[in-house]
Amino acid sequence: MTHSRGVRRARRARIGLKAARLGPRDVLHVGSAGLRSRPARVVLSALGIAIGIATMIAVVGISASSQAQLMRQLDALGTNMLVAKPGEAMFSGEEIKLPKDAVGMVGRIDGVEEVGATADLDRSVRRSEKIPEGETGGIAVKAATERLLAVLRGGTAAGTWLNAANGRYPAVVLGHVAAERLGITEPGRQVWIDDRYFTVVGILDPLPLAPEIERAALVGWEGAQRLLGFDGHPTAVYERSTDASVPSVQRLLAPTIDPENPRNVSVGDPSAALQAKAATEGAFSTLLLGLGGIALLVGGVGVANTMIISVLERRHEIGLRRSLGATRGQIRIQFVTESLMLSGLGGLAGVALGGAATGVYAHTGGLPWVVPPWAVGGGFGATLVIGTVAGLYPAVRASRLSPTLALQTA
Amino acid sequence: MSTSERTHLPAQAGARTSTVVRLSGVTKEYAGGVRALDGVDLTVGAGELLGIVGPSGSGKSTLLHIVGTLDRPSAGTVEIAGHDVAALPDRRLSALRSRHIGFVFQAFHLVPGVGALENVAEGLLYSGLPRARRRALAADALARVGLADRMKHRPHELSGGQKQRVAIARAVVGEPDLLLADEPTGALDSASGEAVMDLLHALNEQGATIAVITHDTEIADRLPRQVRIRDGRIVADTTRGKAAA
Ligand SMILES: Nc1ncnc2c1ncn2[C@@H]1O[C@H](COP(=O)(O)OP(=O)(O)OP(=O)(O)O)[C@@H](O)[C@H]1O
Ligand SMILES: [Mg+2]
Repeated sequence: MTHSRGVRRARRARIGLKAARLGPRDVLHVGSAGLRSRPARVVLSALGIAIGIATMIAVVGISASSQAQLMRQLDALGTNMLVAKPGEAMFSGEEIKLPKDAVGMVGRIDGVEEVGATADLDRSVRRSEKIPEGETGGIAVKAATERLLAVLRGGTAAGTWLNAANGRYPAVVLGHVAAERLGITEPGRQVWIDDRYFTVVGILDPLPLAPEIERAALVGWEGAQRLLGFDGHPTAVYERSTDASVPSVQRLLAPTIDPENPRNVSVGDPSAALQAKAATEGAFSTLLLGLGGIALLVGGVGVANTMIISVLERRHEIGLRRSLGATRGQIRIQFVTESLMLSGLGGLAGVALGGAATGVYAHTGGLPWVVPPWAVGGGFGATLVIGTVAGLYPAVRASRLSPTLALQTA
Repeated sequence: MSTSERTHLPAQAGARTSTVVRLSGVTKEYAGGVRALDGVDLTVGAGELLGIVGPSGSGKSTLLHIVGTLDRPSAGTVEIAGHDVAALPDRRLSALRSRHIGFVFQAFHLVPGVGALENVAEGLLYSGLPRARRRALAADALARVGLADRMKHRPHELSGGQKQRVAIARAVVGEPDLLLADEPTGALDSASGEAVMDLLHALNEQGATIAVITHDTEIADRLPRQVRIRDGRIVADTTRGKAAA
């Protein structure tokens, strides 16, 4: 036992002078020592980075949420509806009409599950006969088939849809925009169409795939023929098919409706507009992203500044650590770790802040709350890069300090 | 390895005859032409307790820093615990400090806000020992300086003398071959200063090699060996009992 010291000394001599490594826990310990002693400074210097990251996360999160909302809507509405309308006339003055039994013809195409139609009637709708005829409020009067609502996957906000019973009488269903413009909130009211009063029997829910119906007053097919002199030619045929048969239906629609002159029929996909909108929602504002980047940069400069001050203030500590056996590398690691923790804290706060901002926006707008993981990962990764860069120069300065100068009392 | 095995045993002191410090022709010139040390030859054997005395500005701190490898000489050779310092790069020099040298400063340099035990354990941070072992050895060192009941006290809750004893515990916790103290009593009243010197004497009796800078002639006179410096030169080197100059 008495010679154990001698044994140890011999072993020391054998292994020579090799600096021991700091374990991860010790690195965290020395790296956080400076932060723990000055919490207020930590908060202030991490704030810049937090704001930058929060801005970026919120920009990305808000556009991702809006996009998710549109995708969800698209899912519910389906992308398997097509609309056939009369094509552009080759010669002006020539009026192209779809055949009267277009609905029946389309219904016989393979894969088609539902068919409905509307026809534009050159009439106006007003709240009463006293309102001048010119003031239509942009509301179109259309004849509609019974199956139209099913094709659109729409519903009624109030009252009922057109059916075999009310479709023959002076009854009208209003799209939700039309109802709003006429100031009508519930069925039972009457509106003036052509030269008589029609009773409002229903008001529709919004129809994102058919904004033209949202702005229309719809009269039953038979009623329109009987009461408004409608000739029975549809001006828009809406069909819903199985997803798989959409391409073939798209090809067959025009030749089916007008076999002799398919060019007289134009076929459209209303969900295409929504899909395009979803794509643009995904492209977030570069301006805001740029602002976030600038805040991040300013935050990084703030961290570097704090680190330089920290190194100056802690000359004694650095000298002490050197006298205790810290290598230059260990001093560097200490200050880079401190800088990383400082900006990492800012990054964490920024992610939380940006996520919360997105959450508030999504909640108030009724959108799903989406914060893409790549944005969180990228934002946090950026703070780590900034922390390293901002801490490197102060850390190198700290490691180059002469231990004797660092320990001088005055 | 139990803690008792690591404590210095008085019986070993006489048995060790190796040289801990060997300076020859050491000169230190600072930028601007100040020659703080001028051809210093100094040998310190294991188990010695020597005082370094001299007027202000004579080069005492400079000498201590060079012996402690915190600074390099402009000329001359420095050998510490058998290692030629000039040949060592920073990493190995740091390892030398961490294993063989302990420092005590006039201005304690304790870490504020953390307890005495953790301050002492910091002395082993760069030794490569695991944390639990560092804390156990730190508790042991605190007990050796008579502060077993102050483990959790933070620096501002300790008296000046107690702070210096914590600093001494931090310096000796790694059982260095050499303990260097620059004016360890400089910031203390005479009673606390005496307690600190008593502690250094006790550590020396347990086998530690210690060099102390002091202004206080009374303290210096109690030390077995006195090295007197003036203008960067050793002008006297006296060992009690047999005068050498
Ligand atoms: N970093 C430095 N740069 C330039 N000159 C220095 C430096 N450090 C010390 N000196 C000079 O070296 C000489 C010796 O200084 P040193 O600190 O060793 O004296 P000292 O004996 O410890 O004095 P004191 O008893 O006042 O502490 C002084 O003249 C001092 O001005
Ligand atoms: Mg001095």
